Amino acid sequence: MAENRYWKGIEEYTNNTEFVKNAEREFSEGMPELSNNRRDFLKLMGFSIAAASLAACEAPIKKAIPYLNKPEELDPSIPNYYASTYYQGGDYASILVKTREARPIKIEGNKLSKISMGGTSSKAQASVLDLYDDNRYRGFVRKDGKFADSSEERIKQNEAIDKEIMSKLGSSRNIRIVSPTIISPSTKKAIEDFKAKYTSAEHIMYDALSADAILQASKESFGKAMIPTYNFKDAKIIVSFGADFLGTWISPTEFSRQYAQNRKLSKENREMSRHYQFESHLSLAGANADYRTPITPSQEGLVVASLYKKITGSDKFADANIDKMLDKAAKELKANKGKSLVISASRDKSVQLIINAINDALNNHNSTVNISKPSYVLQGNDQAMNKFIADAKGGSVDAVIFYGANPVYDHPKGAELKAALSKGVKLKISFADKPDETATLCDYVCPDSHYLESWNDAEPRQGHYSLAQPTITPLFDTRQAQESLLTWAGVNTSFYDYIRQYWQKNTFSAQKEYASFDDFWRISLYNGVFDTTSPKLVAAAEEGEETETAGTASTSFSGNVNAAMTAITKTYKATSSKVELVLYQKVAIGAGVQANNPWLQEMPDPISKACWGNYVAVSQKLADEMSLSQNDVVKVEGKGYSVELPILVQPGQAQKTAGIALGYGREVAGKVGDKVGANAFPWLKESGVTEVTLTKTGKQEPIAQTQTHHTIMGRSIIQEATLNEYKKDEYAGRVIPMIETYTGARRPKDITLWKGHYYPNHSWGMVIDLNSCIGCGACTIACQVENNVPVVGKKEVINSREMHWIRIDRYYSNSQEVQDKVANRELDGTSVELETAAENPEVTFLPMMCQHCNNAPCETVCPVLATTHSTEGLNQMTYNRCIGTRYCANNCPYKVRRFNWFHYAEDTRFTDVNYTQTTDLGKMVLNPDVTVRSRGVMEKCTMCVQRIQSGKLEAKKEKRHVKDGEIQTACAQVCPTEAIIFGDMRDMDSKISKTIGLKKEVEEPKEGEGKAKTTFTMTEPRAYHILEEINVQPQISYLTKIRNKDEAKHAHKKGNAAH
Amino acid sequence: MFANRITIYQKLLFVLLFGLFTSYGVHAQDSLATATTDNADGGLAKPSDEVYNTGKTLWEQNCTSCHNINAEKKVGPGMKGIFERRDRAWLKPWIVNSQAVIASGDAYANKLYNEYNQTVMTSFAFKDEELDALLDFIAYESEQEAVVVTDTDGGNTVAGDSGGISSNYFNLLLGVLVFVLILILAVLFLMVTILNRFLNQKEDLNEADKEIVNQKFNPFSIFQSRAFLGGVALIFVLVVAKTGLDGLIGVGIQQGYAPTQPIAFSHKLHAGMYEIDCGYCHTGVYKGKSATIPSANICMNCHNQVKVGSPEIQKIYKAIENDKPIEWIRIHNLPDLAYFNHSQHTNVAGLECTQCHGEVEKMEVVAQRAPLTMGWCINCHRQSAVDHAEGNEYYDRLLEYHEGTKGKAPMTVEQIGGLECSKCHY
Repeated sequence: MAENRYWKGIEEYTNNTEFVKNAEREFSEGMPELSNNRRDFLKLMGFSIAAASLAACEAPIKKAIPYLNKPEELDPSIPNYYASTYYQGGDYASILVKTREARPIKIEGNKLSKISMGGTSSKAQASVLDLYDDNRYRGFVRKDGKFADSSEERIKQNEAIDKEIMSKLGSSRNIRIVSPTIISPSTKKAIEDFKAKYTSAEHIMYDALSADAILQASKESFGKAMIPTYNFKDAKIIVSFGADFLGTWISPTEFSRQYAQNRKLSKENREMSRHYQFESHLSLAGANADYRTPITPSQEGLVVASLYKKITGSDKFADANIDKMLDKAAKELKANKGKSLVISASRDKSVQLIINAINDALNNHNSTVNISKPSYVLQGNDQAMNKFIADAKGGSVDAVIFYGANPVYDHPKGAELKAALSKGVKLKISFADKPDETATLCDYVCPDSHYLESWNDAEPRQGHYSLAQPTITPLFDTRQAQESLLTWAGVNTSFYDYIRQYWQKNTFSAQKEYASFDDFWRISLYNGVFDTTSPKLVAAAEEGEETETAGTASTSFSGNVNAAMTAITKTYKATSSKVELVLYQKVAIGAGVQANNPWLQEMPDPISKACWGNYVAVSQKLADEMSLSQNDVVKVEGKGYSVELPILVQPGQAQKTAGIALGYGREVAGKVGDKVGANAFPWLKESGVTEVTLTKTGKQEPIAQTQTHHTIMGRSIIQEATLNEYKKDEYAGRVIPMIETYTGARRPKDITLWKGHYYPNHSWGMVIDLNSCIGCGACTIACQVENNVPVVGKKEVINSREMHWIRIDRYYSNSQEVQDKVANRELDGTSVELETAAENPEVTFLPMMCQHCNNAPCETVCPVLATTHSTEGLNQMTYNRCIGTRYCANNCPYKVRRFNWFHYAEDTRFTDVNYTQTTDLGKMVLNPDVTVRSRGVMEKCTMCVQRIQSGKLEAKKEKRHVKDGEIQTACAQVCPTEAIIFGDMRDMDSKISKTIGLKKEVEEPKEGEGKAKTTFTMTEPRAYHILEEINVQPQISYLTKIRNKDEAKHAHKKGNAAH
Repeated sequence: MFANRITIYQKLLFVLLFGLFTSYGVHAQDSLATATTDNADGGLAKPSDEVYNTGKTLWEQNCTSCHNINAEKKVGPGMKGIFERRDRAWLKPWIVNSQAVIASGDAYANKLYNEYNQTVMTSFAFKDEELDALLDFIAYESEQEAVVVTDTDGGNTVAGDSGGISSNYFNLLLGVLVFVLILILAVLFLMVTILNRFLNQKEDLNEADKEIVNQKFNPFSIFQSRAFLGGVALIFVLVVAKTGLDGLIGVGIQQGYAPTQPIAFSHKLHAGMYEIDCGYCHTGVYKGKSATIPSANICMNCHNQVKVGSPEIQKIYKAIENDKPIEWIRIHNLPDLAYFNHSQHTNVAGLECTQCHGEVEKMEVVAQRAPLTMGWCINCHRQSAVDHAEGNEYYDRLLEYHEGTKGKAPMTVEQIGGLECSKCHY
């Protein structure tokens, strides 16, 4: 049997020379040679001492400026939290906004929400920075783009523009309001009011990546265009056709939590869902799937059709591998009727109709697919949008208002619209808050306030409401779009009153708890959410079987399957010989709305670990065939459009396909987002296959990939097993290192030079469940926001100098079968071996941050004691003591220390990307409790010590112990799947102590021999420390990854010696 | 000559002594004898100690800036006879939210409000038992007041110099001492001269003795000796090095820093004479990281009534009118890399403000009393025992561990991790 082999990228698998060279070194490049001789050194020394003392002689006068009239609820240095709502392109989250001195600085998830359940996505986390974007409009502008300098003049200009717009609107016929999905019922009502005044107005909703196919298919199947509410929690078998429901599909934050709830294993619960994924591009959901099968886009419809046939009768799919997997899936789906879930991200209505038919045949409707409770997060209508563009071209649109929409960039017909706007449409207004491709073409821009400056409400799902409230006074002379609409409609109420009126009329009556509306409003605003879920519906959703017997006549499936089948066979022909294009979204960038956000641009893609741009993802086999290699720039041509992008060899990419991410190539986004990558939206279409040709240009462009940075030298750090193995043996997959001594083999912790530490009061630690971690990267951004981690830009990422304190290592590995094939040399030549290995690898995500070792290797090598150990289990880093020898980083076995190569906060070379630390506006987002580090110092995860300290202080003030869960690190708080549990390992009742099965043993002292010895041992079989063999005894532990696969991972592998 | 040497030594001694006394003179502003008034039995029974103390604390922290316990008006009415004017049922809601009482149309409340030029009484969200304690305290104390007033009537105006040894006295003492020493010196010199003359007149003095008697002391020869030059050079180098190092270490230390503030606010008057609790103005001191400089609306709690015409107070009015906040000069500056939280020290540990800030209540212009260096912080953490740990559940495990390892010795901040880097640096 071949050993499990984990690899991070193609370079590592092939032992690429560059990789091997870099892997040996902590820093990918050496220090610049010091050519100075001793005299120069002394001169420099003398000069610096003189300069330092001179500079320090006069302490500058500092001012302390108090409020004139301090707001009652505000105390300097004490944060306030306000409940609000984040929504963008389907991604909905009820949030709590942390404000300090009335500045929003951090977004936290709101646990009261039944939809987002306390989770937030990386986009939601980063959205707070969009508020402080220097690129935002300062006030209303005309086409010339000039706004007045002073605030008073701007207000005057705003009023003047209002008048002009109202008179022009009055004389316009055929007014169109174009927006993405609006989930706010009050906003919709405001639009209705606008339409009442301007009777020719029409409202068109479209989404860059719409769910229109699902809406249309539902209309045909159930008579109502809607997205059902999916329930991944109760699904035992999940089959997804290209739907990246953990990353980008519809409502990923919500789905992630549900999905993970069903995959948490413990002594009590030994069952988990099984997840099949059929897809072309390796997505986040695909990476987490138990069985993943690569298919090409031209097979997609046929595969879905085949599954339907297999479930209702029998069928044979042309490709043997896919057929085998479809058979297996069909068999298990049939065995789990009412407890399975089949989804697809197809933009083809016929495919979605078959999906509905499959779910119907499996009795999933109203158990895992709730069609009586639709989700409202994506309502865009592609037909209406196409008609609008046609109308605009035809000259039959007089005026158009773009509300949060940027179709010139993100609609496939953007170029046509651009031409039509400048020719036919007389009045063009945009509510864009910063210049974008569409707004710069408009006659007027009346900038909308940022969502953190605005009142709003939301209804993401029928009966679930939430509110958004301003957390800061508008920074500029902007006005909420809703208020603009109301003003133009002649309604003179503020939008705040307007929402209140709406809620008084509509939601207030749906509850009985509060008799007065004011009380109801106050509590709803405080909670952030309100839901009218009647108990009956909840019961129906929870008890799948009952619903089945109760029958749902009103929602019975009535789609025309045969017609859809015919359409599918017409569209999809699996004989294509050309390269097929796969368009996908990245978790951080999505459709590119937040493209000017440096945090999101620098967040490594969960799979490719690339940031700052998109690329053409191809399989190893295709790359070999076309003799392409990583970073080769190719020209991608097809359907009259072409882009030039570098090649990235992506394991798991379906053969003969090229994957390109949407959301890049913005032309007018701002300093950060402009011209990053290339735009692929023109290729987006409703159904069918786009064929492209790839031509080598001979150019090279490096891709900023963090993938092989901070590698860990092939040591076994991932411990995994399959569910069956786990059921038989809780220790399955565990590698327990033993060290041979003269007294026999012993655990590393039993032979040590170290005295160890005793933590009398707290022992802070974390446990990370590798089975729950889906690799989404929200923790990376949350940590960056919380800890003032700088953004370094593409060039420095290429130099391996990214600063993230928590990274998610992504490892590829192969099933036993493939490994055996490779090991037995059943294949010839390295490239073929690699092709096989990279064809469809398994993926494991492993969050990695400072492990806070008890026997920390970094502490012993620091010459100035800048890194020391605390009595609470923390490995402390003291920046002002650090002199930057970087010994600690060299000695860290986990490669988690980050060095400040530049003074990112002041170096003008980083102003554009690192504006969070360099511009006055950007600095407002900094966490005042965390130091901004200077050049030449080392930094690393502190386990959010500022949060620990403030949590302890609260407890001390109230004269009590710290409550479990009261203190949360930023990464644990944000995690949508609760994979990271932070807590105190001296509190035996804490969640972390229970999860790792902590046992406290007190060894009574022998006669006359000192005091009792207390030891704490981790007893949970799944819990392990990474690199246990070097006995650094980290405070962070991991739970083994369990895959729900039938094939054994460790076929009779010498058992496990030590338990 | 002996006499010469003696005088040199004596002078040196003198200078030393002088320096010693004068420097002590500066510090000789001794603690004020705080006039504690021992109340004789009044008409009302004294409430239980617990109630009395709760009430007293509440009264001192919240009420004294506007109310006198006697009949005298301050910003608001005096407390004497309050229970004859109003009953408890009326007083409680009034203290909790006076505006609500006024809004309810209560005739007395409105009369009072108008009588005091519509000054809004601050709302206090006290619990019911706290209200009772406060009112019990007022009920008791306001009746005692008569006695107190007679006691302190004269003493009140003397304020500063009523007790201890004044620095003037010290100077006088010093003068006398110096005079006495000079006298002794003169007498000694006289004696030496007389003895010398007497010995020289004696015939039977041998050569050796003669030499001793007539020995000529040449002070310049000392300056030429190697040892002396070496010593001087060494001292010079050491002094220069020490001054240089001290200078470098002292860079950025602003001990004694007392800048002129934009408004001549006197802590001596407010905190000293009127005994306004620090927390009344520095509202954050028990709650958060920063003690906070009071916002102008806090000044206005009193100064919309008190001393409105003063040019200094007018500056506050100007600031409010122009909507331009007052730019105070910050005295206590910690570097950004150090995290310091007031509430940990005041609220949890129960330290007095004066421990770090000095006797602010005696400062006309506030000066930085402590050096605020890391050494100063650490020194205190090394020496201070965590007295507040008893009775605070949070410290249970720490105390238990401490008793197990160190026994009965007091538990210092250092021993519970108070010197660890990431307690202050993150």
